[in-house]
Amino acid sequence: MPLVELRGVSKIYHLGGEEIRALDDVNLDIDAGEFISIIGPSGSGKSTLMHILGCLDTPTRGTICLDGTLIHNATPRQLAAIRNRKIGFVFQFFNLLPKLNVLQNVELPMVYSGLSSRERRERALRALRMVDMENRSKHRPMQLSGGQQQRAAIARALVNDPKIIFADEPTGNLDSHTGEVILELFRKLSHEGRTIALVTHDPEIAAVTPRRIEIRDGRISKVIDPKLAGLDRQLETPASV
Amino acid sequence: MNLLPCLAVGLKEIWAHKFRSLLTMLGIILGVSSLVAMTALVKGMENGMKENLIAMGGLDKVLLEDQQIPPYQQQYADDAVGRTINDVYALRASAPLIRLVSPEMALRGATVSYGDNSVTPSELDGVWSAALDMNLHVLQYGRFFTPLDEQRANSVCVIGTGIRDELFGSPEDLGREIVPLGRIVLINGQPFTIVGMFEHYESERERKAREWAKAHPQPKTNHGVARSRGWGRHGGWAFWRKNYTVYIPLNTMWIRFRSAAGTNNIPDPHLTDIDLKVRDLDQLETSLQQARNVLMITHHGIEDFMFQTQENNVENINAAIHNARMSGGIIAAIGLIVGGIGIMNIMLASITERVREIGIRKAIGATYADVFIQILIESVVIAVIGGLAGLGTSYGMVQALSILSPNENTPQITMPAMLIAFAFSAGVGVLAGLIPAFKAAKLDPIQALRYE
Ligand SMILES: Nc1ncnc2c1ncn2[C@@H]1O[C@H](COP(=O)(O)OP(=O)(O)OP(=O)(O)O)[C@@H](O)[C@H]1O
Ligand SMILES: [Mg+2]
Repeated sequence: MPLVELRGVSKIYHLGGEEIRALDDVNLDIDAGEFISIIGPSGSGKSTLMHILGCLDTPTRGTICLDGTLIHNATPRQLAAIRNRKIGFVFQFFNLLPKLNVLQNVELPMVYSGLSSRERRERALRALRMVDMENRSKHRPMQLSGGQQQRAAIARALVNDPKIIFADEPTGNLDSHTGEVILELFRKLSHEGRTIALVTHDPEIAAVTPRRIEIRDGRISKVIDPKLAGLDRQLETPASV
Repeated sequence: MNLLPCLAVGLKEIWAHKFRSLLTMLGIILGVSSLVAMTALVKGMENGMKENLIAMGGLDKVLLEDQQIPPYQQQYADDAVGRTINDVYALRASAPLIRLVSPEMALRGATVSYGDNSVTPSELDGVWSAALDMNLHVLQYGRFFTPLDEQRANSVCVIGTGIRDELFGSPEDLGREIVPLGRIVLINGQPFTIVGMFEHYESERERKAREWAKAHPQPKTNHGVARSRGWGRHGGWAFWRKNYTVYIPLNTMWIRFRSAAGTNNIPDPHLTDIDLKVRDLDQLETSLQQARNVLMITHHGIEDFMFQTQENNVENINAAIHNARMSGGIIAAIGLIVGGIGIMNIMLASITERVREIGIRKAIGATYADVFIQILIESVVIAVIGGLAGLGTSYGMVQALSILSPNENTPQITMPAMLIAFAFSAGVGVLAGLIPAFKAAKLDPIQALRYE
């Protein structure tokens, strides 16, 4: 059974009588341990898909099953718990809390899962070590470079040991070199066996992941999957970063 | 999420906006401090009133007074005996619920003189030693009357300090204490030896005025009356009266002043006053009923007497206190409400500022309740800190008030007032935080994350 299973998911907004289909009948499976990218032009519905996958939003239609839980009819409280324990989020604008230092930011998810402060500290430091940010734990986000902030944000996404990590344009706000460092970090995490879904509009970045899903106007327009070998020759030349 | 991190977040938030938080707290600080200071003032006032009541003999003192014979007994009017020493003996013997019975026989308009000085005492009474306890007199020098004085009708007297001041000079004028024990004064021309003197009675205000005058000596002026004396300026009519008392033994009064006087040369056996003290104030009604029963016998069933208790006085005092408390309380409550509105306002502004933060918190797993509690706690923390600061300020205010008007009754901060004010401030914090907390908690995380 796949880790994530989307069936017939639509998200429809109504703006002044006009119907906007941000997502239109999307079917998608993500297996545990997969590294997948979602690519598409601006406004195609990538973020919307991401938010629905990440339990931040609920679909207008369709069913979603995450790690065996049907989340389209979960209560807000259950959704919060799923976001907290099973999902790690990485945002384009890092979204660290400016008033907390790096360590406190990384500890934050565990505050809501109710761990003791000693355990929080230990695990936060371990996560920071994974992203090589241990020596910056006492810094405020504003005292860090964009790449460092994003690494801290990744540590925060990792700290509760989630089933899956969602990253919405994680390199969108970084220069190309720093972006590569972050991508490298995701690759490393993927090699360690983590499930990662990455949103981007940059085909070069998408090329890092084995499986790529392209969406256009809220529909999946193209799937590039190494398992369906032979359908697409691009696989033979994995993009180097 | 447990409360401790919430508290830390709240404190940090307040610290991050020190000035803004202080301004926000100001309303609560003023509300709490005015509530506490106001109650302190009222308490001071109450103390002053109670002091007066005690100067007049205390709460448990009951006056036995003459009364018009009721209409249905008019035909017995000639048999009405009035209040005599028989009543006193009867009450002492047969009314165990009455702790103390003190007969008084007064001589009105008497003059006491020593050398060239003379004074008209507020009261010149023939009394038993029960009068000491009855009127809460404290003998500072000498002795009170012995049974022998009573038996032999000795010409001795005990005076208040006011009488001493008038006849022998006051310690303030002369700069030393004067104890005129053993001096012989003339009461209506008859020689009496002073055997005792009471302490000086004064209200708290009088004491403070005196101390203030001592600390700030005025240059002596030689025009006009030497010094305003008595109860003109600083209240204390009861205190003045007490200081200008002269007591002589009851028998002496009877023999020296009453026996030879009276209409048609028949001495008047009536007592001027019979004062009672009950054993237990809670059993006032029962005790008075018992006294009434006894007196009905000595008065041959004619109800020509009545009791007057301090209840009216107490009720008046309580009503005055209640009114003062109510008006002050309303003002302070308005202050607190305004303070609460200030907090609500600033919390609303604060969550608008922190929409993104709230979105992030929700995205990483904060529940509705987590966010709600966080905002509520911030509001309560502001209010509680404001409340504590208000308690401190009220202390300062009370100090300032007693320095500014040193002659008033000292305001007294009471524990219940502080607790109530503090609880109120915390409650205002909760109420003020509810709407902002609700707004923050129901923020949609996606909208919040998109928010710039
Ligand atoms: N709250 C909303 N109300 C109405 N329409 C919305 C809302 N949120 C998103 N949309 C619409 O849904 C569509 C998809 O938006 P989405 O943010 O998912 O795009 P995206 O692929 O992430 O674009 P980008 O690459 O610019 O981030 C857009 O047309 C957008 O206008
Ligand atoms: Mg987007």
